[in-house]
Amino acid sequence: MKRLPLALVLSAFFIFLALEVSIRQAVLMLVGVGMGAALAGARFGFTTGWRQLIEQRDPQGVTGQVLLLALASLAALPLLGQFSELQAALGPPSVSLLVGAFVFGLTMQIADGCGSGSLYKAGLGVPLNMGILPLFALGSFLGSVHLDFWLSLGQIAPVSLSQEFGSSGALGVTLALLAVLMLAVRWWVGTGRTWVDKRWLWGAVALAVLATLNLLLAGQPWGVVYGLGLWAAKVAVATGSFDPTVSAFWSQAGNAQRLTQTVFMDVTTITNIGILGGALWVSATASSSGKALTTQQWAIGLAAGFVMGYSSRLAFGCNIGAMLSGISTGSLHGWLWLPLAFAGTLIGVRVRRHFQF
Amino acid sequence: MSTTHKLQIVFWLLLLGFLAWDFNTSDPVNVRNEPPLVAAGSGQASSGGHCSMAQ
Repeated sequence: MKRLPLALVLSAFFIFLALEVSIRQAVLMLVGVGMGAALAGARFGFTTGWRQLIEQRDPQGVTGQVLLLALASLAALPLLGQFSELQAALGPPSVSLLVGAFVFGLTMQIADGCGSGSLYKAGLGVPLNMGILPLFALGSFLGSVHLDFWLSLGQIAPVSLSQEFGSSGALGVTLALLAVLMLAVRWWVGTGRTWVDKRWLWGAVALAVLATLNLLLAGQPWGVVYGLGLWAAKVAVATGSFDPTVSAFWSQAGNAQRLTQTVFMDVTTITNIGILGGALWVSATASSSGKALTTQQWAIGLAAGFVMGYSSRLAFGCNIGAMLSGISTGSLHGWLWLPLAFAGTLIGVRVRRHFQF
Repeated sequence: MSTTHKLQIVFWLLLLGFLAWDFNTSDPVNVRNEPPLVAAGSGQASSGGHCSMAQ
């Protein structure tokens, strides 16, 4: 779609949200459009950055991601200390988290996109990611239905670094851990590498600003997975194939209420739609063509997308909800998610190579 | 028109169809009860759904 008609469509959607839902949701949609434009414009792929580090010892993507984590933490942790209305992304350290993060890291390499990656690539018009998105939503919904079983295998209460060390202490611990991460990357890639790429740099800065805006406006950090699971849950309820009253997750007051409300009132839904729109905006001038996939590659990619959705729910988020939002708001679960997902990715890149993606 | 463009059209039509269906079948929005534009400093705690939630 050309940019002028697309701008008119997005403007009309903004006005509709402002009049029929709320001004906050309308503005959050614009924040999402910015996120989509930044992700797609900078090709800020968490999956690609990790793969390039492993296979080519290229640290540029991971440097961009660590910069994003540092900038988002520098903004979010003091804000959380200042405003009691804001919520951190606190997930429980649990067997569910460990299994989910590992499987997510593995499957995101096969699907060639994490939560945000699948969204922006679908917006760009990449065929596999357009196919993955509904399956990701279905997987995320099923993961939420089974979540009480996974949590019964063992969990502790969420741990907030801010509550343990105070805002300044949490920020110090977070930045120190990010520095250790960069030292580990330096050890792995060796000398003579190019560390900074303009594309990753501006992507990191833009996404950090937009993630902070999301926190200030919505009162909660940026997330992707919840909204997609909600979409599938609403379809399941409407078709009579799911009774939310028998689900530990969906019978909770907040979740049950959101099943009766329009998804336009859900924060993660509205930024997800914005991301798709922002990526579509970028696709008006950028080519999204990729190599054609075989039937086997399609089947494996779609299956990976479904498992990725399921595991992201078990892991209490994807690279955005768990890693970026978890770490930048001082949640221990973000720091557990990261190494487990990376361990899964070490296998995922080999599976990806095996099937010649 | 390429296959990718056809897929794109199907994808967006399905998404827009879902959103239209959802808006028309969900409880009406009470616009008089809308949240403040900026949550920070509003005095109203955030109550939205998030991926990190266990419940």
